[in-house]
Amino acid sequence: MSGLLEIAGLKRHFGGLWATNGVDLAVREGELHALIGPNGAGKTTLIHLISGALAPDAGTLRFAGADITRLGMHARVARGITRSYQITQVFPELSLLENVRLAVQARRRDFGSSFRFWRPASADFSMIEEAEEWLGRVGLAEQAGEHARDVSHGEQRALELAMALATRPRLLLLDEPMAGMGPEESEHMASLIASLKGTQTVLLVEHDMDIVFRLADRVSVLVAGRVVASDAPERVRDDPEVRRAYLGDEVQ
Amino acid sequence: MKDRRHALLELGLLAAAALLPFALQAIGEDYYIGFAARLAIFALAATSLNFVVGHGGMVAFGHAAFFGGGAYVVALLMQAGVVSAWLAWPAAVAAAALAALLIGALSLRTKGVYFIMITLAFAQMIYYSVISLQFAGGDDGLPLDARSSLAPFDLGNDRALYWVALALLAASLHALRRVAASRYGRALAGIRQNEARMEALGYPVFRLKLVCFVIGAALAGLAGALLANQNGLASPGQLYWTQSGMLLVMVILGGVGKRYGGVLGAIALLGLEEALGLVTGHSHFYVGLALLAVALFAPRGLAGLLERKA
Ligand SMILES: Nc1ncnc2c1ncn2[C@@H]1O[C@H](COP(=O)(O)OP(=O)(O)O)[C@@H](O)[C@H]1O
Ligand SMILES: [Mg+2]
Repeated sequence: MSGLLEIAGLKRHFGGLWATNGVDLAVREGELHALIGPNGAGKTTLIHLISGALAPDAGTLRFAGADITRLGMHARVARGITRSYQITQVFPELSLLENVRLAVQARRRDFGSSFRFWRPASADFSMIEEAEEWLGRVGLAEQAGEHARDVSHGEQRALELAMALATRPRLLLLDEPMAGMGPEESEHMASLIASLKGTQTVLLVEHDMDIVFRLADRVSVLVAGRVVASDAPERVRDDPEVRRAYLGDEVQ
Repeated sequence: MKDRRHALLELGLLAAAALLPFALQAIGEDYYIGFAARLAIFALAATSLNFVVGHGGMVAFGHAAFFGGGAYVVALLMQAGVVSAWLAWPAAVAAAALAALLIGALSLRTKGVYFIMITLAFAQMIYYSVISLQFAGGDDGLPLDARSSLAPFDLGNDRALYWVALALLAASLHALRRVAASRYGRALAGIRQNEARMEALGYPVFRLKLVCFVIGAALAGLAGALLANQNGLASPGQLYWTQSGMLLVMVILGGVGKRYGGVLGAIALLGLEEALGLVTGHSHFYVGLALLAVALFAPRGLAGLLERKA
């Protein structure tokens, strides 16, 4: 088993609760890997651990062959791991364009340091153009000048995706990108995610089984802080243990 | 168009401020030239704190350490025979920046109320250390034999000191405006709104904030160097927590994060103190009342009020 991301024996507890209880998981380069599991299974916690927002109590994380277990969050982004949030986290008082431009600016390898104090950021046209491209990619070109606080929830979710993409990650972590969306917005987001297939490695946390089985190359099932299955969608669907533990009647 | 008008207005105000000493001399109120210098110096100090609070989003309650510290560096160097402003003032800036690097590196590991308390604690530590040092003048402070020598300029009279303070204030305001629009300034704007999100985009948030803290302290050190010259003294009161509190009051009064917040706050607070001090002995009480009024009726400070009118 070799992958872009390799997780072994990962553990994390909150008080007496082991939210992550010995997770082994591999995400291969280029695949769209879905992570499913009931509420409270520890999916978001796992995303926190992979992105570096939380430190594990035990276990290791390897990314592109290197041990990243002890790296902080921004150092992991520099290596190529970027996440989005289940609960929308954008900059409400900034324009959509500026939200994405900040994500573009964060890419030191392409644009250099943010410790540049004199030249106006607005004079860096290449950054602005690229930010506009990302906004167009998620269908927000028209709203580029609006404040993030003023656009709809669905548009904020799309912005969240554009910001994550703009860091050009090798591995994109999406935590329930359709959370709180209506059916139409969900469908839009699903097609956006589908458009990433083949060019972008994605670890996708998602509730909607329909979307998961339609999009994913592989599916892992997390139950009570452990991965109980990790396989092709149809085989996960037919796994009796998975059915008993989680899927129940949701899959016909 | 609006930008052009603003720029012209700013230049006009600067010119008027530069001519102020002549006006005061003409009406025989020379005393107020010194007071105007004091205003410019405190405006610079409050502006430096406003950069930390308003741009960096860090409520620092120990700014007096850098402000008063700058004054002490100048006084101590003068005692050691270093009279030149060209040496002593940069030294004050460097000392304040270095102290901020150390204090910030430790304090920025905390957030919110803890950050307020720890910056306060560090500043008080410096205050108590300085008053226990005999060679720093203890409780009495350290008088300056003369003003710094800014050759070829003569700082001997208050008018010259006022002009120098005004020039440094204007230069600092201009520089901080550039910084706010730069990549670094935009990154600070993101941090102010959502620190964790910036970290998740790949920004070294801790370092970015530390640099902001250091820049603010360095400018406060410069203001302190000017203050020592204006007072002819580096005094422990300038290091005490009430001084930090006063600078914070100026920032809040003038407008947190507003370009001219520090300037307006300094003018309002010192002006009020001066005016009330003349008619009553209870200026602190009325200053408190004024602050309450601003909090109730102008939560974005005096700068916010002016913006609404403009
Ligand atoms: N910061 C926290 N403090 C305490 N308990 C937490 C914290 N974060 C998550 N948990 C608990 O850990 C478990 C897993 O949560 P989470 O990872 O959010 O699950 P999921 O995303 O799969 O719904 C839940 O029981 C949750 O209550
Ligand atoms: Mg979750």
